[in-house]
Amino acid sequence: MTAAVTSPGRPPATRRWARALVAVVCACVAVAVPLLNVLPPAGSALHVSDFFVTLVGKLACYAIVAVAMDLAWGYAGILSLCHGLFFALGGYAMGMYLMRSIGAEGMYRSSLPDFMVFLDWKELPWYWHGFDRFGFAVAMALLVPGVVAYVFGFFAFRSRIGGVYFSIITQALTYAAMLLFFRNATGFGGNNGLTDFKRILGFSLRDPATRAALCSVTGAALALAYAICDAVVTSRAGRVITAMRDVEAKVRFCGYDPAAYKLFAWTLSAVLCGAAGALYVPQVGIVNPSEMQPSSSVEIAIWVAVGGRGTLAGAVLGALLVNGAKSWLTVAFPTAWLYVLGALFVGVTLLLPGGVVQLSTRAGRARSTIGRAIGGLSAARRAPRAPPPRGVPVAEQEARR
Amino acid sequence: MTPVLAVDQVTVSFDGFRALDGLTLSLSQGELRCLVGPNGAGKTTLMDVITGKTRPASGTVRFDGRDITRLPEHVIAGLGVGRKFQRPTVFPEHTVHENLELMTRRDKGVLRTLFARTRSDERAAIERALELTGLGDERRRLAGLLAHGQKQWLEIGMLLVQQPKLLLVDEPVAGMTQEEIERTAEILASLAGDHTVVVVEHDMEFVRTIAQTVTVLHEGRVLAQGSMQDVQSDPRVVEVYLGA
Repeated sequence: MTAAVTSPGRPPATRRWARALVAVVCACVAVAVPLLNVLPPAGSALHVSDFFVTLVGKLACYAIVAVAMDLAWGYAGILSLCHGLFFALGGYAMGMYLMRSIGAEGMYRSSLPDFMVFLDWKELPWYWHGFDRFGFAVAMALLVPGVVAYVFGFFAFRSRIGGVYFSIITQALTYAAMLLFFRNATGFGGNNGLTDFKRILGFSLRDPATRAALCSVTGAALALAYAICDAVVTSRAGRVITAMRDVEAKVRFCGYDPAAYKLFAWTLSAVLCGAAGALYVPQVGIVNPSEMQPSSSVEIAIWVAVGGRGTLAGAVLGALLVNGAKSWLTVAFPTAWLYVLGALFVGVTLLLPGGVVQLSTRAGRARSTIGRAIGGLSAARRAPRAPPPRGVPVAEQEARR
Repeated sequence: MTPVLAVDQVTVSFDGFRALDGLTLSLSQGELRCLVGPNGAGKTTLMDVITGKTRPASGTVRFDGRDITRLPEHVIAGLGVGRKFQRPTVFPEHTVHENLELMTRRDKGVLRTLFARTRSDERAAIERALELTGLGDERRRLAGLLAHGQKQWLEIGMLLVQQPKLLLVDEPVAGMTQEEIERTAEILASLAGDHTVVVVEHDMEFVRTIAQTVTVLHEGRVLAQGSMQDVQSDPRVVEVYLGA
């Protein structure tokens, strides 16, 4: 992963801009959009539709995933293709709470979730116990992805599995998990997953105010996730992590254990994905094994690549841009989306390896080049150019300059 | 006095080829030792074994009286064994200052490092290294943008900050100008005494300038050992080098 464009050594001005940008995004998601949905009456020019609120909430969840992915991939150099799995595990944990809070209002009027009645199960499986409590479900949404990532990472990093080999194994992991969750006997609703949620913490999920509150919480969560990752990458441990990405062998001879640092970045990344999943499920109203498809995880990598690896703000932008485009294009030109996504990935890789954030540095460079050209012209007008020293070919002079 | 480093009967084979063949070597505190030998003599393999990169098939390595034969690299580094590679390896996406800072002596666990603040003794060590290597003006530059020679200096500076008890240096003057070679010789000579230094070098002129004791390796074994003069007049050494 030597192609990363930035490091903690980049000028602080850039970082201040990045923080300001993300702060604006978070303020929009956490405050502006929910308020504009709730306060102005429907029909007012300022009113934001319920649909848009849910869309923004969803995008913010994706942005959290992208920030987490960037920590692992952009900074630590670990290309994960199973972040969709961590997202889904967090989502399932929240989904289990939402299923339990339906109570006896399901189709079969049973205290068991509908799919269990349908399968003729008589009692709740042991691993569903506790999920009737919100706090427990939230803890599990963070803990389960964290533990899965820790155990998997512990063995992989200790065995020094890296690069594409690691990526391939992670893809196999999420695929295996998907097959497992597809089975009815696993006890998570099979291919239908968990759905038909009614309420969260007693508030109806149909109520626009609940939706607005969820969007707001997601915005705050994005700010927190960004702040955590930003603190990590600007700490000395962050510098060790990027050093490890660039020259792993050398880090070892400096006395740092790369396996421990990778495990830390990787596990933290998975926990953040779990949080995003837990916020996503009540807003979209469903979680099913399709979230664990390898292609979902590949898409996460594309968001980060498009936005700019190794820049947390770039990851946020990438997630918003790609998913914003997706939700528009899949409606406007349903068949074109996959081609656009493919073209986007190839195009960014070839033309803009630093992602869209690279555009800002390019613009800056172009401005200074133009500035220098203008300055050079006026200087040339003032003083005639000194004749080139003899005996030195012009090309060599150019090279020296 | 116990030797700082005691390599005892170490054997390493790669697919039947014996890179090290029952090699025994010991270094005392403060020594500056040069390792020479033709290509394939086992110089780099020996460095790999001492730093934990390669596990020997048999034999032991003791550092400060402690058996380090089976310890992982980062633990050995933490005990005070530093290494400079043949090609300059610095962290290209970090500034010169950050490169030096990563080498300071402190607990290198994840959590401690996460909440680390730069201490005053660390700052002093970094400033001293910047001064000795003449990189003071470059401290804010990304190390990847430095010239080749400057990277060599940065790497030496990183070792100065690390302050290892035992320093292994692989071909320090490759690609350096005469002036730089002289300065490197000075720095290495000044390090010996407080530190124990092992230098692998092909440049015989350089070895002659700095060496106190020279060890000649050949086919994974110690062929000869002694002062530069003794070694050069040893008929076995002449034979190996000139193929007479």
